[in-house]
Formats: sequence, C-alpha cells, structure tokens
Amino acid sequence: MKQGAPPLGFEQRASGALKNLPLRQALEVATERFIAQRASAFRDLPDAEALRKRARAIKEEVLTRLDDYLLRLADSVRQRGGVVHWAKDGSEAREIILDLARARGVKSVVKSKSMVTEEIELNEALEAAGIRPVETDLGEWIIQLAGEKPSHIIAPAIHKSRHEVAELFSRKVGRPLAPDIELLTATAREQLRQEFLQADMGISGVNFAVAETGTLVLVTNEGNGRMVTSVPPVHLAIMGIEKVIPTLEDLMVFLKILARSATGQKASSYVSLITGVRPDGESDRPRELHLVILDNGRSRYLSGPFREALYCIRCGACLNVCPVYRQVGGHAYGATYPGPIGIIVTSMLQGPGGSKELASASSLCGACQEACPLDIDIPHMLLELRREAVADRQASGGERAAFRLMAAILRHDGLYRLAGRVGRLLQRPFVRGKRIDRLPFPLSRWTAVRDFPPLSARTFRDRWRTLGRNGA
Amino acid sequence: MKASLFVTCLMDLFYPEVGEAIVKVLRALGVSLDCPEGQTCCGLPLVNNGYRAEAAKVARRMIPLFERSERIVVPSGSCAWMLREELPRLFSDDAATRAQAEAMGRKTLEFSEFVAQVADGDTIGISLPGTTVTYHDSCHLLRGLGVSEEPRRLLRRVEGIRYVEMQGADRCCGFGGSFSVKLPEISGAILREKIRNIEATGAEIVVADDCGCIMQMSGGLSRQGSGARVLHLAQVLAGQGTR
Repeated sequence: MKQGAPPLGFEQRASGALKNLPLRQALEVATERFIAQRASAFRDLPDAEALRKRARAIKEEVLTRLDDYLLRLADSVRQRGGVVHWAKDGSEAREIILDLARARGVKSVVKSKSMVTEEIELNEALEAAGIRPVETDLGEWIIQLAGEKPSHIIAPAIHKSRHEVAELFSRKVGRPLAPDIELLTATAREQLRQEFLQADMGISGVNFAVAETGTLVLVTNEGNGRMVTSVPPVHLAIMGIEKVIPTLEDLMVFLKILARSATGQKASSYVSLITGVRPDGESDRPRELHLVILDNGRSRYLSGPFREALYCIRCGACLNVCPVYRQVGGHAYGATYPGPIGIIVTSMLQGPGGSKELASASSLCGACQEACPLDIDIPHMLLELRREAVADRQASGGERAAFRLMAAILRHDGLYRLAGRVGRLLQRPFVRGKRIDRLPFPLSRWTAVRDFPPLSARTFRDRWRTLGRNGA
Repeated sequence: MKASLFVTCLMDLFYPEVGEAIVKVLRALGVSLDCPEGQTCCGLPLVNNGYRAEAAKVARRMIPLFERSERIVVPSGSCAWMLREELPRLFSDDAATRAQAEAMGRKTLEFSEFVAQVADGDTIGISLPGTTVTYHDSCHLLRGLGVSEEPRRLLRRVEGIRYVEMQGADRCCGFGGSFSVKLPEISGAILREKIRNIEATGAEIVVADDCGCIMQMSGGLSRQGSGARVLHLAQVLAGQGTR
C-alpha cells in the first residue's frame, strides 16, 4: 500500500480477488471438495438434526451460566497443576504471554494452528520481543513463510496452489523443490521436526475446554498439535471464553459434528485431551501448563441479537458454502475471521461503532445457516448489523435519502403509481428492444455485467382492471 | 376456494405477464381470485438494507389491505418469506400489530405451495413436448420456507417435458436485491457460475419462483446472447412456455 493512501475497502479488495484467476481456481476446487465431503459425512449420520439441537442446548446452557462454568474450568485446571490467566482483551493476553516467555528466557516458540492467536496478533508481538514463533500446522507454516494471514478458518492456505507452495518451500530450504504434494509435506515435516525439538514453549489454541475435568481438547489432523503440547517444557493454551463446555459427555456431541462440518471426516486424525501437567515419575509431558482465557469483546455479545455467534465452533462450513466467500476468498474481508460468521465475529471484536461495511458482503442466501452445525441464524445477524449501520449513520447520505424516498413511495399507492410512470418515461432512451444494456449510475453497476429488463408499458395492476372483470 | 393475489413490485412493474399467468392457472383450478386495491410492495428491500423502522411503516399500511383475505398467494419466494417469517419480527414491541402480522403470515402461501395444495393429483393440461426445462431454487423459498419439491413435482406433470436437474440448483444466483447493485462484480461472478450450470443442462427454459432471480438470470443469459429463457413456474403452467 502507498504511504498515506486510504485503506482499501471490501469492494476493492474483492475486485482484486475476482481478477486473480489462480486464486479463484484454488478456491473453487477446495470449497467444492469441502462441500462434497461434508455432505457425504453427514449422510452416514442418521441423527444429525438431533445432534444439532443437542449441541445448541449445551451452548445455551453454558452461555446462561458462563461465569460459573469458567470458574469451574479454572478450578479444575489449577487442581491439575495448571495456571490460569484472565485477559480482558488482546493487549492483556499478549502481555501475559510475553511476560511468561521473558521470565523463562524463551527464544523460540512452536505453535499449533490457533485463530485466537491470529485474533490477538500474537506472532507480531512475539517477534517484536525477539522471540521466534514457528507455525507448525502445514497451512499456517505456508502462510507464515509467505508473510500472509489465514484466508480460511480451518484451511489457512486454501488460496495457495501447490506451485506457489513449492516456490515458498524452495526459498526456505535453498534448493528447488518440485510441486509434488508428498515431497512438499515431507520437506515441511523435516524442517519442523527440528523446530519442535529446540522450542522453549509450545502455544496452542483450544477447541473445547471441559469444565468438570479441566481438560483442554485439540482437534487436529497433522499431529503437530500433539507435538506442540507435549515436546516443549512449557505449554501455553489460549481460548476465548465461549470455548468452555460442561462435561466430557458434552464433548462427544461436538466431536461428532465438528470434523464432519469442517473437513467432512467422521473423526479428525487426532483428538488430544490435555488434562494437567506432567505427573511425577512420567517423562513425556510439559512441566508447566498455562491457560489464558480471553474475552476481547465476547461478553458484550452475551445479551442481545448476536448471542448465537458465541455458539460458533469455528468449523468453517459457512465459508465453504457462502457464494461471496467462494468467489473472493478470505483476504478480501480484511479481517482475522472471514466469511459469514467472520463478519459477525469481526463486529464483535471491533466493538460498538466499528465499521459495518462487511455486513453488505452477503446476498442473504441463507446457505451459511443451513450448513452451520449449530444452526446459527447468521442471516438475521447480518440484517441486524445492517440496521445498526443505518442507525450509526454509516450509510451514505444519498443511500439514506434513496431508501427514505422508497419507503414514502411504498406507503402511498398514488406515489407508487407515479414513480412507475416517471420510470417508464426516463427509461425510454435506454430501451433496446426487450432489454436495457446500459443505465446511468447507480444502475450502471447492474448493467455492467448483465441486462436490465424494461419497465412494462402496462403494469399488472393496470392489466388486472380488465382481467378482474373476466369471471372474478 | 377464495384467494387474494399479492402483487409483488417486481411482478407489477417488470413482469406483468407472470401475474396474468397466475390468474389463468388459478382460475383454471377453480380459485376465485381477488387483488386487493392499494398494494405496493412487501418492504423486503427496506429490511434487507437495514431500514427496519421504515419497513414497519410500510407493513402497518399493508396488513389491513389483506385483513379479509382467506388465503394470500405470493408469486415470489422472497416476498412470501418476508410476509410469513419477517413481518412479525418488525413488531417485537407492538403486540397488537405483531398478532395481525402473524395472522397475515399464516394465510400466506407461495404460488407453487398453493397450487400443489389445490391441484394435487389433477392433470395440468399443458404440454411442452421435447422441451428441456430446469429449475432454480430461490434462496428464500428453499431455505426460508423449505419449499423444493412442489415446483419440481408440478413441472414434471407438464406433458412431454424433459426435466433436467442442474448442478447446484440450490445455490444463490447472486441477485440478493440491492446486493446486486452494491456489489455488482461479486454478484456477476456468482451469476456466471449459475449460468454455467444452466448451460450444462442444455435447458431451453429455466424456471424460478422469484421475480428477483428471474431478473438476474435472464439479464445474464441475455447479455451472453444465450437462447435460454427464464420463466416463472406459473408461465409454464399457463402455457407461455411454447414459443
């Protein structure tokens, strides 16, 4: 970006993405695969709808007594030798983590994939403090090498082709590598193995935290999560407050729907249940366990129209089915969490008064809610954000005037008919036969990509006057 | 049976022939149809853009127009969804109007739902020999109202028709009302995917039960110089499918 240039808006970023054909190709292939695999995984699950209801009920129970469950979780973690830290926002969380790392002379950190660390921009903070973070999830490592941000909640490098990955890896290892997936993953494994062995601290996210036992659950596919949480002497886990669930029995409900929704697997390759620090006499677990519990705007959504956004288990299913996400990819959103639920989570993180621009990035088709394993009513939340945008006067004066005029016309039959007549007069210079291929602004934006139909010479209501007489 | 026709703004202004087709089909089924005076629009464009207070004002004026109706037939999935699902939500702090809105919603049926109820088992008396037809699910009709079988069943009852299911029939066409004007490039990209799927079926007629989707898809097909036509289900059932 040029110095002093205003930051690009969603539409401009999306426009760039639409011109990036390799990106769109990669997105189409990956999202279609996710959609097909998810459909097939749910076909074999007869009680899917019941599970969805059960999962919602558990989340609702947790949110109703969130403070109780968090305190119980904290107690359970402490009883098993862990240390619990509470962070109000990203800056507090970063301070807690940096203090712990500095006090232990940490030089390098291995990380397993964690969106919440992206949310608080932990890598940047670690680097600024002279600590080297190494992402060990394959996708995360790819984008770390590329100096980019994740473009999907569960597939951070979904936008990268194997050719681009081969280029990145070749630069990293200093010799040319063929764009062969097996070779590339073997290279990553070899490179990352060294990092695991020399890291002073492992940092992970948390998929679920079980209040009754203090168990931190990680759902992964590459095994790196297990390495991060077991090889270095210190394990630090960070979670949003909404990740707590009451019991291990509840966990089983979520495990059934998470992998199916995310990758279309019946179960992920690894489900790690981490309960407490290394007991005396054992040798294969960290001696120190820290859990950072982060609010960062979440508690503000406990009441009000966005409460269900806290049900989200970050499976990414709504991204894959979203027609907008599928065309423009995650980076166009310019936010940590892209896609339909990302729009809601972004407004949560921004707090009141944040830009509601992204709320427009949806055709309101409802595919997101249909795909959501928690049945989160994302479309209505988008409508609510749009209402807030109008209330906050974020819409342009021209737009507000246009919709107020529309409302006036729709309240007065006579005005409505007059508007139709005016429209029919104004369209005359533009009608070519049965179509209009060019209109002035703002409808020029429509006719740039498709034809517009002319207003009919006689409206239906005019025609009804004759139709109605014939045997009504 | 008596029913009132809800005249949606797009049908009134752009597609009056859809309305004529509905009148023809419903009368053939013995429905006594009226068309309450003074209608304008359901107000969905206002809701979709965040102008809920304005939409509520429009609704307050509209609801009494249909007070005496036994059934309300709506030719568009999105408008039917607005009347059935969204209208009451506009009056969360006004119990009396909310009750009226709910009563209106309970009487409301989208065209294909209504016809499927009234004409179950009847032959339609329309033939389209050798014509390849495909159906596009409108988002609000499919996911908002759960209607997917009725229009397909009715189409299959047209004599001689060659019905072909398209890939991704249930995916958005990219219209989304003002979405198509506010983010035209994205809307156009979504539309191109839809057109690709339509063309793969070789269909001469694409059927949709929403004038918004009709506007979007026919605009895209016509810009590409495609010969495929987009028609409302009622137009096919009224015999407008023959060229």
